[in-house]
Amino acid sequence: MALDQSFVGRSYPPTEPYEVGREKIREFAEAVGDTNPAYTDPEAAKALGHADVIAPPTFVFTITFKAAGQVVQDPQLGLDYSRVVHGDQKFVHRRPVRAGDRLTVTSTIEAIKSLAGNDILDIRGEVHDEAGEHVVTAWTKLVSRAAEGA
Amino acid sequence: MTAKISYDDVEVGTELPAQTFGVTRATLVRYAGASGDFNPIHWNEKFAKEVGLPDVIAHGMFTMAEAVRVVTDWTGDPGAVVEYGVRFTKPVVVPNDDQGATIEVSGKVAAKLDDNTVRVDLVAMSAGQKVLGMSRAVVRLA
Repeated sequence: MALDQSFVGRSYPPTEPYEVGREKIREFAEAVGDTNPAYTDPEAAKALGHADVIAPPTFVFTITFKAAGQVVQDPQLGLDYSRVVHGDQKFVHRRPVRAGDRLTVTSTIEAIKSLAGNDILDIRGEVHDEAGEHVVTAWTKLVSRAAEGA
Repeated sequence: MTAKISYDDVEVGTELPAQTFGVTRATLVRYAGASGDFNPIHWNEKFAKEVGLPDVIAHGMFTMAEAVRVVTDWTGDPGAVVEYGVRFTKPVVVPNDDQGATIEVSGKVAAKLDDNTVRVDLVAMSAGQKVLGMSRAVVRLA
């Protein structure tokens, strides 16, 4: 069933702050096999001009996707999450995420489309630090595939 | 930001060093834990096939994380990546064997932009298929 267009533009309350830890960044970098010292060695990160170790460019998705759960699990929206696949993903960084950041995410539904029975949902996640400064924006396109025979 | 590549030294068409990344079932379990994405299509073959997939598939975000390494290894400073976007066009299918799958990534400078930034277009292939589309990063050079 097509999603309700009136949800376009709806924003959800900011999430509780997520504190980015050095060891979490290390764990993520190791999981993608990336040995760049900027992720694990504070001195190497400082030599590049960063205040502490930084996170890989896609790390923030672990935070924004959790925040997008507010949207995809909104019972009023009624998205069938069991049929959802990730369509597109984009990040625009004002600065890299770094250890010590306390980040909040504000999710907004940017667009809802229906195409060949698929529901397509565009969610924007604005990520701010403790000082209220913008750090990164994540755009996530989710596609809920049409049920077979529908 | 201190990228090791200078804006003046690159032209449209400059190729970045290509890389091949391996991915096995163990890689996916590790990525699931680190990212918090425990969707069973990334580790449970029975479940993956029940929902119509050929086998277990890699997290799209894993592939996205690997592809940008062609850019961050080139610049040296991962903090120089200001924009990065992809479309997930085909899944990376990961068989349950010692080899797993491979993701081959190449990239070239597609445009020189303002503020010492360039746009790099990436191509990511697995098993002969393009697994990312519209894969573009904007990166600030020295």
